[in-house]
This record gives sequence, C-alpha cells and structure tokens, in this order.
Amino acid sequence: MLEVQNLSMRFGGLLAVDQVSVDVQEHEIVSIIGPNGAGKTTVFNCISGFYKPTGGKILFQGQEIQGKPDYKISRLGMVRTFQHVRLFSKMTVVENLLVAQHRHLNTNLLAGLLKTPDYREREKKSLERARYWLERVGLIDMANWEAGNLAYGQQRRLEIARCMVTEPQLLMLDEPAAGLNPAETKELDQLIVSLKEDYNVSVLLIEHDMSLVMGISDRINVINQGRPLASGTPDEIRQNDDVIKAYLGEA
Amino acid sequence: MAAQNLKHALFCAFITIIIAYPILGLNLVAEGTSVKLEGANTATVVNVFLAAVAVFLFQVFRDNIMGVFGKVPNLNPLANRGPVSQEKRLLMERVFFVAIILLALVWPFIVSRGAVDLATLVLIYIMLALGLNVVVGLAGLLDLGYVAFYAVGAYTFALLSQYFGISFWLALPIGALLAALFGFVLGFPVLRLRGDYLAIVTLGFGEIIRILLNNWTSLTGGPNGIGGIPDPTLFGMEFGRRVKEEGNVSFHETFGIAYSGEHKVIFLYLIALVLAIFTLLVIRRFMRMPVGRAWEALREDEIAARSLGMSRTAVKLSAFTIGAFFAGFAGTVFASKQGFISPESFVFLESAIILAIVVLGGMGSQVGVILAAIAVTILPELAREFSEYRMLIFGAAMVLMMVWRPQGLLPMRRIQIEIKEQG
Repeated sequence: MLEVQNLSMRFGGLLAVDQVSVDVQEHEIVSIIGPNGAGKTTVFNCISGFYKPTGGKILFQGQEIQGKPDYKISRLGMVRTFQHVRLFSKMTVVENLLVAQHRHLNTNLLAGLLKTPDYREREKKSLERARYWLERVGLIDMANWEAGNLAYGQQRRLEIARCMVTEPQLLMLDEPAAGLNPAETKELDQLIVSLKEDYNVSVLLIEHDMSLVMGISDRINVINQGRPLASGTPDEIRQNDDVIKAYLGEA
Repeated sequence: MAAQNLKHALFCAFITIIIAYPILGLNLVAEGTSVKLEGANTATVVNVFLAAVAVFLFQVFRDNIMGVFGKVPNLNPLANRGPVSQEKRLLMERVFFVAIILLALVWPFIVSRGAVDLATLVLIYIMLALGLNVVVGLAGLLDLGYVAFYAVGAYTFALLSQYFGISFWLALPIGALLAALFGFVLGFPVLRLRGDYLAIVTLGFGEIIRILLNNWTSLTGGPNGIGGIPDPTLFGMEFGRRVKEEGNVSFHETFGIAYSGEHKVIFLYLIALVLAIFTLLVIRRFMRMPVGRAWEALREDEIAARSLGMSRTAVKLSAFTIGAFFAGFAGTVFASKQGFISPESFVFLESAIILAIVVLGGMGSQVGVILAAIAVTILPELAREFSEYRMLIFGAAMVLMMVWRPQGLLPMRRIQIEIKEQG
C-alpha cells in the first residue's frame, strides 16, 4: 500500500537520507530502526509531506504523493504521530478527537449555523466515534480534562486515538514508546497489534525499544547515516552482521 | 533581605526624582522670539519630593503591602468556591446574557441622550471585540491592523451613500461583505506567518488602509473626511425633523408625536444592540462548530493540525474573513452614528484598544470580552473629570488589571461535552 523508492533528502550540503526504500503492505507492521541521527524521522517527514524530498518516489495506493501538501496526504488515509507528543493541549480530550474528524463533518458553515438535521447527525456520529476510541484507550474518565493535564503515557495514547478517529489505512508512529515505563510499553505493544488485527490498519513504526520492535514487527528496515543498511524479518535482522556492527560498533 | 529592600527602595526613589523633576519641574517659557527654561516653583519641587518619599516607603514595605492585597480576594465570599458544574455555569451565563440584554433594552428610555450615545459606542466596541476575538483569541493570529476592516465598513457606507445614495440597510451587508473580502485578501500574504511577523504585517496593512483613505482625496475627501452620511430609516420613515428624501415620511409625523432628536439616537442604539446580539450568537455557534475547533487546533499546534488533514489556508482565511465581516458591521453602524467620518477615526490606537479589550476580557471568552468592552469604553468617560490625567488613570487601570488577573477578567472555559456511557 505504501511504497517508498530510492528516497533522498538533501539539506544544503547534508545528505540526510540517501536512496532509502521502504514498503508497507496491507495488514503489516513495518519498523524503521537505526542509531540516533540516522534519518528515520526525516524519512517520516518526507512521507507525510512535511518535507519535499529531493529525490525518489513515494507511492500510496499506487498514487504518487511526493511533494504533495501535508494535509492532502493525511486525507488520503495516512496519519502520523510525533516524536514529541503534539496534542491540542488547551482543548479537552474529547475535543482533540472531535477536531481530528473535521473532514467527516459537514464543514459547510451555513449548515452548522442552522443546525440542519444532516449536520446534527454527523456531529452525533463523530461524538460516538470519539467515545468509542476514548474507551478503547482507557481515557473515557478524562474526556473533559484539558489534554495538557494528562500524564505522559495517557497523552501518547490520546495521540494514537486522535489518529484512529480519522479512520486511516496507514498509521505512522514516531517513537511511540519514548518516555513510557515498561508496563505502559507493554500496553502500547498490545494496542498496536490490536490496531492491525482488529482495525485492519497497517503500521509504519520508528522505535528504539528493541523488545517492542522485535516483538511486533513483520518486517524491519535498518537505516544508518541516512543509507539503508538492511531489511528483513526480525530474525534476519537480529543475525545480520552489519546491523550488529552499526549498533555495537566494530569489534 | 531588609538591607536589599532598603537599597532597592532608595534606587526607586532616586529614579522617581530623575524622571519626575524634568517633566514637572522644568518649564519652557516663550519670551519674545526666544524660549527660556524656567525652574519650577517650590510647591512642585515639594510634590516631586513627596512622591519620591511615597515610592520609597512603598518599596520598603512592599512585601507587607502586597501581602495585604493578597488577602483582599479572600474577603470576597465568592472566592475560593469549588469549581462550578457545567449546567450551573451555563445557566449563570444564560442569566447573565438575558439580564444584560433586558437592561440594554430599557436603558435608552431611562437615561439621558448622552448615555444612550455612549451605550451605542459600547455596542460598536462589543461587535469589534467579538470579531477580533475570533482572530486573536480563538485562532491565535495576532492582528494589529483590525481597525482597517472597521474603516472599510465605515467608508463603504459613506461612499455608497455619497455617490449612489444607497441607504443604511443596503450598505450594512455590502459593508460587512466588503470588509470580509478585505480580510480574505489580507489572509493570503500572511498565511505562512505567525506571531510577531504576522503582527507586523497586519500593522502595516492597517496603516496602508488609513494612508490610502487619507491621500485618495478625489474619492474619499482625504483628511476632510466624508460628511452628511444618512441616518438609518425604519421602513422608509426618517428620523429627521424634515424629510430629506422624496417618498419617505418622517417618524414623528407618522405616529403623531412631537419631534425629538432622541428618537434617532435611540433607534440607532437599538440597531446596534440587535447587531451586537446577532454577532454574539453567530460567533457563539461558530465556536461550537468544527470550524471553531479547527481555529483553536491551529492556535494550539499548527503542525499537528496539518498532520490531521486540516488545511492551514482554509482555517486561517476563515478566521480572518469572519473576524473582518463583523468589523464591517461595526464600521457601518459607526459611520451612521457619527454622520461624518475621516481617517482620524481609524488610527492604530483603535486597533490597540480593541486588542486590549480582547486581552483584558480573557482571550476566547465572550462574556469576558463584553465586560471588558463596557469597562474600556466607559472608564475614560467616567474619568473625564480628571481631565488631562484620564488616560493616565486608564493606563494605570490596565496595568493593575494585568498584574492581578493576567488571564483576563473571565478567562475562557472549556465546554464540557457529555459522553454517554455504553450500556
């Protein structure tokens, strides 16, 4: 469903990403790993349209999307989270989920002003969807809290829920386990697998937590210094000499 | 601690003398063709010295004095109460709105003409502040040139009536729509800008409009302004002593009552009231609609908003356009109220005052903004007896306000959304 071919991204004299290829099939969890500064997040930013890649192709559902504006890409059904949680922190938890569904709502101003039956129906549906996901990630009791007042782990889950209410086909998670304790990481692990199994969402994941990556990924891509180093199943990666060298240093 | 306080207090007193003496103590006196510098009389010097002593004493006992102030809110029986429940708060808000609207309805019949005129001005500022609240309070776009849209509304009516004889009622929607169009046009170049940069560009835009009005003498009359702007009519009835336009009848003759200049003032006030209520209700709905949430989302985190498929262009432009629309409303009413407008009425200070109303009221809070609009418009009038010191008092009130309630009079409260439990 997602195919990244020979992606390159140059910032002035710095080639941050060089000829990286990644692909994600339906019903699959694919991870991108690599040491700090390897260019993983840059790849994410290119795919989600925050950067315009300087080379290569990105295909989503067979459609070329490189260079498209970010909001159009996300409307195609591909949404992302951020390395540092980005919530609408002064808005309540449930408002965070409602605002994400703006395109499922009737955006016609007059319909809203007059509260047409059609508009009410859509509002009701989006509230229902928000309620469903709040229960799913265990935040229903905090529905009317300001999002900024949630604990860090809860904010992470809210961010994922906020992506899910848009009903995406592909979810891109940028280090979702960063800053979580082992128990929370385990919960997250189950949540991600459930997204794939129960909601048929493909996941592209950047993560440092190896147990999480090895446990849930169907395939793994390793990037080092902007260049692809290896790709394969978790078992293949575990035994790959290049990967071991890159992570542990040369012996 | 005490020694440091003393040192600080001495320093403050010294600064007071340095600042106050040259300003109050030295006078320039014209003597023939030359100008002579004259020292102050003893009374002024003594006053400056006393002021320095007062500053010194305040600084020495600052902690004690501020401590006393800190206790003042505790004397208020309403302070420290628990959070009010959603239903109760909404009820209170509704009661507040109904009460203020009832008061506003009877107001013109119980007070003097001057007070009604002032109340009309308050309503105009309420419209302006509610409109700017969309741009600054909700969408988080700092707009320092808001007065430009106000000017567009006012000049649209003035020019249309002068050149085409168009009446108030037709000019009202045209003025508002034209102002909205200007808001839309301004929106484009500033799409990528945020914060300080945005403020500078909007500031420039406001000045461009004013300077354009000032210099395009052939069309706008330049600094001389435009006069003879007609009053609104009520179903073809005019409020003047004699009917100006053919085919119209006069209000007092139709109803067989004696002519009174007050009719017109009261009628204009009622129009402003209806428009202000309309503004309030429409923006209130917007705030609870997806577009209102999108404004706030963009204010909170633009990158996250975009990643969720929100178009920055659409959200920003809608905020600018809707904000400008209501400024156009206010402008048309203003032109009609004054009967004469000139670029003088649309200087940067106006933008600053409207912005001050929004900030003082509490960004995003409608009740707060209305209260602040009332306070900011009426305060300088009440302080008139202090003549030249009135702006000083106004300024001091603002500073104190921001020290005590930096979040505004009534900060915005989130709407609680009831979520049905499954079961």
